[in-house]
Amino acid sequence: MGTLPEPFAAWFAGRGWTPRAHQVALLRAAEAGESALLIAPTGGGKTLAGFLPSLIDLAARPRPGLHTLYVSPLKALAVDIARNLMAPVEEMGLPIRIETRTGDTPANRRARQRDDPPHLLLTTPESLLLLLSNPEAGTFFAGLGAVVVDEIHALAGTKRGDQLALGLARLASLAPAARRVGLSATVAHPEPLRAFLSPSGRAEDVRLVQVRGGAAPELSVQLPAGHLPWGGHMGLASAPEIYRKIREARVTIVFVNTRAQAELVFQALWKLNDDALPIALHHGSLTVEQRRKVEAAMAAGRLRAVVATASLDLGIDWGDVDQVIQVGAPKGVARLLQRVGRANHRMDEPSRAVLVPANRFEVIECAAALEAVRHEELDGDPPRPGGLDVLAQHLLAMACHAPFHPDDLYAEVTRAAPYAALPRRDFDDVLCFVEDGGYALRAYDRFRKLFRDAEGMVHVRDQRVARQLRMNLGTIVETPMIKVRLRGGPVLGEVEEWFVSTLEPGDNFMFAGQALRFEALDAMSAIVTRGGEGELRVPTYAGARLPLSTWLAARVREILHDPQKWRLLPGPVRDWLRLQGKRSMLPEKDGLLIETFPRGGRWFLVAYGFEGRLAHQTLGMLVTKRMERAGYAPMGYLATDYVLAAWSAFEPTEVESLFEEDILGEDLEEWMAESSMLRRTFRNIATIAGLIEKNHPGHEKRPRQMTMNSDLIYDVLRKHEPDHILLRATRQEAAGGLTDVARIGLVLARAKGRIRHLRLDRVSPLAVPALIEEGREWVAGGAEDALLAEAAALVEEVTGGEEIFAETLAEVTEGVRVRAGVVDKPRHRERHPRRNRFVRSAPKSVTGA
Amino acid sequence: MTPAPLHIAGERLMLDPAGLLAWPARRTLVVGDLHLEKGSAFARHGSLLPPYDTRETLARLHLALRRWRPARLVALGDSFHDAGGAGRLAAEDAQTLHRLLDGIEMLWVLGNHDPTPPEGLPGTALEEHRDGPLLFRHQAQRGPVKPGEVSGHFHPKGTMPTRCGGVTRPCFVADAWRVMLPAFGAYTGGLDAADPAIAGLFPRGARLFLLGKDRLYSLPMGPGRTRAATA
Repeated sequence: MGTLPEPFAAWFAGRGWTPRAHQVALLRAAEAGESALLIAPTGGGKTLAGFLPSLIDLAARPRPGLHTLYVSPLKALAVDIARNLMAPVEEMGLPIRIETRTGDTPANRRARQRDDPPHLLLTTPESLLLLLSNPEAGTFFAGLGAVVVDEIHALAGTKRGDQLALGLARLASLAPAARRVGLSATVAHPEPLRAFLSPSGRAEDVRLVQVRGGAAPELSVQLPAGHLPWGGHMGLASAPEIYRKIREARVTIVFVNTRAQAELVFQALWKLNDDALPIALHHGSLTVEQRRKVEAAMAAGRLRAVVATASLDLGIDWGDVDQVIQVGAPKGVARLLQRVGRANHRMDEPSRAVLVPANRFEVIECAAALEAVRHEELDGDPPRPGGLDVLAQHLLAMACHAPFHPDDLYAEVTRAAPYAALPRRDFDDVLCFVEDGGYALRAYDRFRKLFRDAEGMVHVRDQRVARQLRMNLGTIVETPMIKVRLRGGPVLGEVEEWFVSTLEPGDNFMFAGQALRFEALDAMSAIVTRGGEGELRVPTYAGARLPLSTWLAARVREILHDPQKWRLLPGPVRDWLRLQGKRSMLPEKDGLLIETFPRGGRWFLVAYGFEGRLAHQTLGMLVTKRMERAGYAPMGYLATDYVLAAWSAFEPTEVESLFEEDILGEDLEEWMAESSMLRRTFRNIATIAGLIEKNHPGHEKRPRQMTMNSDLIYDVLRKHEPDHILLRATRQEAAGGLTDVARIGLVLARAKGRIRHLRLDRVSPLAVPALIEEGREWVAGGAEDALLAEAAALVEEVTGGEEIFAETLAEVTEGVRVRAGVVDKPRHRERHPRRNRFVRSAPKSVTGA
Repeated sequence: MTPAPLHIAGERLMLDPAGLLAWPARRTLVVGDLHLEKGSAFARHGSLLPPYDTRETLARLHLALRRWRPARLVALGDSFHDAGGAGRLAAEDAQTLHRLLDGIEMLWVLGNHDPTPPEGLPGTALEEHRDGPLLFRHQAQRGPVKPGEVSGHFHPKGTMPTRCGGVTRPCFVADAWRVMLPAFGAYTGGLDAADPAIAGLFPRGARLFLLGKDRLYSLPMGPGRTRAATA
């Protein structure tokens, strides 16, 4: 063999292994002192490949000091990898010390690590920045030989990735000799990842080692035995089939798309679980201890199945998983493959996965995903520029580390790929913002955080500023959460604060796989008891639903349009499409099909855009605004991944003009500035940039005076300094992150001159799923004030101006029906069962919810 | 702007949709928690908020003064976010304030945030101000009071259910005995009027007047109805 030195060759031989080609390739890159990106499917010995050069180097030339830094997006992963590396190191008797450093590392161990660093240190992007902000970072990292970035595909393109890229750039200044190794799952576009990893920000400076996936995954689609649901996203109709599959396999991961769905699927499976199979639940809102318990049980082989959300997308390998079930449409091909790869972590055996679509459109989507996998066609977003808020945090951290000259730091920052194109003006404005707020009104000279000396070097004012930075470091802005605690018992997990605010004592909801009854709210947590009954609500979480990826959308359109491809679809779906062809027409591959039809005393307009729910939602807002101007009196609309449906009092006749392209310029700007989306973006940016203090989940709430509503700041700043760097950052992020606006542009451009408007006398088959969908938006008809006036008048009318009539009011408003909030709280994300009243009551079995 | 009349202790008061209370018979205008220099107070503690809050608050106050042309302005306390606030006023803002108060009798009721009189500003500082049947104080007194208490302090806001979800706005809270003003400052948040801290002061229920662009929107609040407070 001769590729590995002793004792490694013997160790490999002892297990009957031969070094794999990519492991050798990484070794060669290391010998040449080059950075390398390894792209391989899971199960390829990727992690060992990343560390092998470091282990060999240390075995040959033992020396004290930090040799290799490993960064992973998950704390648990760092801990697990450390454990896995221990085995070979001990078996070969290598003089190598391996330690982790995360938010959980006790202070005394951190202090010891600072004085006597281990050879291999495993950490997270946040802990890395903390280390870099220390004045001693220079000596700590001076001898660094290598940086290994794991799951790099999950970091690049996110704010955590921006932060890591800046951290790597600083590391390169402290330890210029350190080479970089990136480990990534299979991605569509490796170039941006190479650039992300590159010390120069240029892709060509990183060697690419790509492992073609071993055996192709075996994917199949499972339909429910009975009726194929028209709507719904939960996939509960297929619970018996899912259960049967679990029984037939050794260990199954059941992936779902949202935490609410996880709760419901878990519940449904346990109802069927006559064999008392050990089936567990895993999602991001359960307590860490609970999740660790489930993971440990899984690793020990004590579970037959776990129902999980994206919380298990990354992470620890469990060799025993032999089946993955994806319930609900996968929404993106790369994500599907990532999940499928969680089964059977051995490269030469195929992964086995079953897709369980929840409704008819999802059947088509699954067929499209299968086709895309067959053609090895992945989806992926293009890289976006690094966030200015992350840069602000970084600049302060660097000042805490040591005084810097702005010219040098600018040069360093632009060597990080996300900031390669950063204009100097933006850099300077961000620096001014960190110094004293950077406002045109120079009011805060006394309170500046940074000051410049005669040589132009930037210093941090005092230790208090450094302390404050360390408290607020990181780019994850938590939605305010409230703990759920059993009365007299343990904490079960957390739900979003707004969800608790909608609960009255005695309300029942489902959480952590149990039916719970809400009893009271104490200072820190929602107190619940077991055994809730009746109508159970399920907490939902912000941003839970991912939109359909552009790639998949195009494939769905292709399948719909081409009857040749219908052989991919099961019988009932084919019949459904045929019926659509007869009653109306099938959407064309290019162009935009719009149907209008009367139903229940109103007119419905359904546009088949296939550009994802977020895009359709924005489009709905814009189109209904135009409908209002045209006098059609729109009453509401609804967006799914596939269609936009709007309904109005009068028949929309000039349909083409509603979808003209200029809709974007004309209304969008105005809508954007006022939109809750921009306010949310501003809140995140202001928090990350350090303008407002972070929420520390689980910590005592600050006195009321200390928390500051970011909306008030947004309004004042927008009025008095609309060009402030934070507002520029907000607009930049909204425009860039708002791929759905780009996608609306796509729909409209495609439709130009090719709008097919069909006026039907009744609902078309393809429109049915949309009409039984939940989550409708109501047209605000002007503004909030109009709504207030209407509600006030209604109350007045019913009560004749009586003073005290809370009861009556409740009834009236019940009639008025409070629905999804356009304002204040993200209530529109909630799917309140009682609100189903709006849904032309489809039986539960049909909606699947 | 259409103000709404409110009768309390035999006096006719006008609730201004901008969040102020006018007493035409006595040519008095009353304003709730201004929290001037809240931005700079935060800046002292490391949060460099946009320093435009004082100027924004004064601009709003200027409009109200032009509308009502009062002889007397009563600020119900917490006029400055902290005791040193008046000293931190930017020269330009201090000038604006002097100009606004020119020819007006200014009464600074002291609050918990500003327990000492503001330095270098015109007007009189006092713990409470009584005028006829009306008593102006910072914080409403617990338990029964004589009709005619006017207070601030709690920053009440109310939520009106509409067919497009709840719309939340700062609001007046009033019953036959007392009226509570919303906070006026640009950086002042709010506390739900249904919170026990406020609702407890109105044991027989109250009427909320939510601030709108041009008018107020009235909403009854039942007695002792408390909900889980939302932040």
